[in-house]
Amino acid sequence: MAAHRCHFPALVLILWSLSVFIVADVQETTRLTDTGPSAASSQQTAAAGEPPAAAETRRQPPEEEDRRWEATEVEEAAPGDAPSDSQTSSAPETVVTPSQPEDDFQEELVIRPLHSGDIYASFQFRTVWDTDFMGGKKVSHYRLFPKSLGQVISKFSVRELHISFTQGYWRTMQWGQPFLPSPPGAELWVWFQDTVTDVDGTWKELTNVLSGIFCASLNFIDSTNTVQPSASFKPLGIGNVTDHRFLRYATLPREIVCTENLTPWKKLLPCGSKAGLAVLMKSEKLFHSSFHSQAVHIRPVCQDWQCKSTSWELRQTLNVVFDLHSSGQGKREWSLFKMFSRTLTEACPLASSSKIYIDVTDNPQGEQFELSPATPLLSQAVVLGDRRTYSVYDLTQQATFGSMRSLNMLLRWKSSDGDMMRPLLHGERYVAGYGLQTGEIHTLMYNHHPYRAFPVLLLDTVPWYLRLYIHTLTVTSKGKDNKPSYIHYQPSKDRVRPHLLEMLVQLPPNSVTEVTVQFERALLKWTEYTPDPNHGFYVGSSVVSALVPSVVAMDTNSTQERPLFSSFFPSKEESSYFVRIYTEPLLVNLPTPDFSMPYNVICLTCTVVAVGYGSLYNLLTRTFQVEEPSPGLAKRLANIIRKMRGVPPL
Amino acid sequence: MAAPLTLLLVVAVTIRAALFRSSLADLIAERVEVVSPLNAWKRVVEGLALLDLGISPYSGDVFHETPLIIYLFHFLVDYAEITFMIADGITAVALYIAVKEYNKQVFRKQKYALEADRYPLDCLELIRSPKEMYYIPLKVAMFYLLNPFTILSCVAKSTCGLNNAVIALFILCTIKGSALLSAIFLALATYQSVYPLTLFAPALLYLLQRLYIPVNIRRPSFWWYTLQYAFMYLGSLFVIICLSFFLLGTWDFLPSVYGFILSVPDLTPNIGLFWYFFAEMFEHFRLFFLCVFQINVFFYTIPLSIKLKEHPVFLIFMQLAVISIFKSYPTVGDIALYLAFLPVWSHLYRFLRNVFLVSCVLLACSALFPVLWHLWIYAGSANSNFYYAITLLFNVAQILLVSDYFYAYLRREYHLTHGLYLKRKDGSEATLVLK
Repeated sequence: MAAHRCHFPALVLILWSLSVFIVADVQETTRLTDTGPSAASSQQTAAAGEPPAAAETRRQPPEEEDRRWEATEVEEAAPGDAPSDSQTSSAPETVVTPSQPEDDFQEELVIRPLHSGDIYASFQFRTVWDTDFMGGKKVSHYRLFPKSLGQVISKFSVRELHISFTQGYWRTMQWGQPFLPSPPGAELWVWFQDTVTDVDGTWKELTNVLSGIFCASLNFIDSTNTVQPSASFKPLGIGNVTDHRFLRYATLPREIVCTENLTPWKKLLPCGSKAGLAVLMKSEKLFHSSFHSQAVHIRPVCQDWQCKSTSWELRQTLNVVFDLHSSGQGKREWSLFKMFSRTLTEACPLASSSKIYIDVTDNPQGEQFELSPATPLLSQAVVLGDRRTYSVYDLTQQATFGSMRSLNMLLRWKSSDGDMMRPLLHGERYVAGYGLQTGEIHTLMYNHHPYRAFPVLLLDTVPWYLRLYIHTLTVTSKGKDNKPSYIHYQPSKDRVRPHLLEMLVQLPPNSVTEVTVQFERALLKWTEYTPDPNHGFYVGSSVVSALVPSVVAMDTNSTQERPLFSSFFPSKEESSYFVRIYTEPLLVNLPTPDFSMPYNVICLTCTVVAVGYGSLYNLLTRTFQVEEPSPGLAKRLANIIRKMRGVPPL
Repeated sequence: MAAPLTLLLVVAVTIRAALFRSSLADLIAERVEVVSPLNAWKRVVEGLALLDLGISPYSGDVFHETPLIIYLFHFLVDYAEITFMIADGITAVALYIAVKEYNKQVFRKQKYALEADRYPLDCLELIRSPKEMYYIPLKVAMFYLLNPFTILSCVAKSTCGLNNAVIALFILCTIKGSALLSAIFLALATYQSVYPLTLFAPALLYLLQRLYIPVNIRRPSFWWYTLQYAFMYLGSLFVIICLSFFLLGTWDFLPSVYGFILSVPDLTPNIGLFWYFFAEMFEHFRLFFLCVFQINVFFYTIPLSIKLKEHPVFLIFMQLAVISIFKSYPTVGDIALYLAFLPVWSHLYRFLRNVFLVSCVLLACSALFPVLWHLWIYAGSANSNFYYAITLLFNVAQILLVSDYFYAYLRREYHLTHGLYLKRKDGSEATLVLK
């Protein structure tokens, strides 16, 4: 299980290397090597320190062949972050603001044209601050780091915090893998410091505070939808406490994400939405999209190469998929203005780096689309196991904005052919069965790799009102029983905690693995139903975490351009990469009582009980007697009068 | 008499075995009328699966059986079908022997009373003949074994069948006069489902009667025997519960079994009164009504014991009926147990007032349960009120049935002391009324 904690750092490493020119690789095109030095010289802050860093990371792996299954990967990721930090901290006199040099802000936007004709735009904003929230002294002076989040970290002793709000479902089969996956609705997972004693109480308070900060319904997170996964969510930052008692994970699949969540999110940025890439975030455009996901990730990272002290990293990400193909009146072209109804005029003045990357991998000769204005800068990076080429626009350069003083990239499609490589890992989920009594959850996991099997961790959180029967759990691949090598199951408690099912399954190559488990639908109290009970109840997405063999490592035949000594063993540092995918959330109907008649039910049931009580009481307290005819009214009256007169009655 | 009983057992086992092999078995095992969250076989298997995974079966809210049951099926899970058929057989045979013994005693008592001329002359019609009593034990066994309710319960592998077997053994031991065994089986039955606690009173009354100890609170011998029996009962209950603790090493089963029975957190529909009532209950009245409904089961014990202190076996029947009507998770298996006693009271037939109506209602309801369930859950063309209405009617019918038998029993006793054909003061024919 320890294996999986290192995968996300690997992903981080890859993402970070987006800003790095990879010069060490022999497969690099000649065009790139031309542009490489000029770009390196032009990027005074970040890139200057990078080539040695890249070389550093290259040299690491052979020493640690088995790093896939090692926890030390976290430290290994650190050198990637280190140079820029060490540069700013070790040479403060060269920096313009020597008083508070410990924080740094970067922003970037990646745009990837998708094969379905949609456009994927991914914003990332990264703030790093060399401070210690956990130390004895109180941190009171904030510069770039948002104070509201800093206070949350120190008050609740948070070690890592990951929160995402998503509207829409990421269609992996059409769009490929996202840079940062997120499930529909809200997702929150937090690692607390091991000094926290009452984790549940702190978690409850934290969710309420976050609910206020992000204007979201996170206050609906309680013990009935919180779990402690044992293996699926490992810390992404430094630190080696992996006791899952300090982890809390919750999803709210029903959460609707809208403007009121975006505004507080934008306010966390140093420039707000006044300057820089954040100018593009106009909610009427962002929410008029097929997919919208915004997230905040806070974690401790290494401050320098030795990792003596830590700094805090805040990553704000926003991912949008625009459905331009259908709304573009038949023309397949898009521009920044068309997508965001804004153009860019400047970088955020506080940002040390501000860039736009456009994925041009499928368009090396310009045969698929035409990009204007053209940019001389190209970058190559291995993202999610695939080598991608990007055109780079550096917003800190005045030349980027041209004579118009505004940047409005235009991409015009020429042809729409070209096929997307299928994602190697893909998941689906649905509910089978009919009626409102029982049902069966089917989770399908596809391994599209032609010859390699790999293990995946499946995490399922099912609310208590769907009573899972774990003895009905079956895992089958290729028609054969595929016994999971590890199962962690926590049964639910009614109205207290959900079911948690985690298992490690080996996916055979080129196969579908089906996990089924039966459940029974509970009848709830009438006050426990949502206001629209016949809409159904949401069950959060399954989380599939895996180390997927890289596509780059897959082509063992393409040795022609490589030195022979480098190409025998397929395992390279990118030989596998960490992927987390989320399946669809489920919508399950439950049997409902009649909400209109609580009084009737109470009255009728009590009547039946009273019938039982009455008939038994009747027989218990009375005795049999021979019925004597009762005298008539006149006779009785006469008897009363006679009694008063003292005469014997009739 | 052994041959017909053997034949009956063979027929009963054949029917069950045939149903176990048919495709109906799965269908029956899902029926909410037949299995409750407390005794569903699916949940027993789930508990065993949890145990295999190294998780305490009581850490979740699916398994509510007692630890002894889980240990029993830990060994017998592959022979479950045979176990349940044997349990039914044991119940039937135990009831058969118990009723036979009881009838002997009734007959002896009647003989003494006749010899002492205690019956009025016109009561000869009410005197029971050995001929009519001869087939009663067989009829009891048949009523239990061939009752569709029992068959369904057995085919669904509801552990209710095991509870019934324990209660039947308790009745047998009580009627045979073995105080220790009676206390042990009563403790087992209580351990399984709490409610048989109320059977303590009839068992004590019966044993006292058997030993000719008068029920008189001023007699030390009465108190001495009561203490003895209570000690045996509580002692065996204590031993059983401690045994469960040592089997699992935790007390988790106490809230998970008894807390579950008493606080009714699972509102899965069944044939009882609790589920819909507490689904529709206002939250702040919940505890109050929970207490009221649970007390209802125990409430009738003392007045019934006082009224029927001379007739403890009829009291056992009444208590079983009250339990199966007012318990929190009733199933048809519970009803089958007290319905098996009806042949014992066949001599009350002439005093029953509305047995035709009640049996029609019971039959109609039994047929309507699956229909309305289908309409609500599968077809979606009805709602929960339909099914609820049928459970209400079914319970009213059961209450009427039980109170009718109670009435008939009391009335017969009255006639046995006052004569069958009552006359008014003026000599005309009188009618009997309750006053």
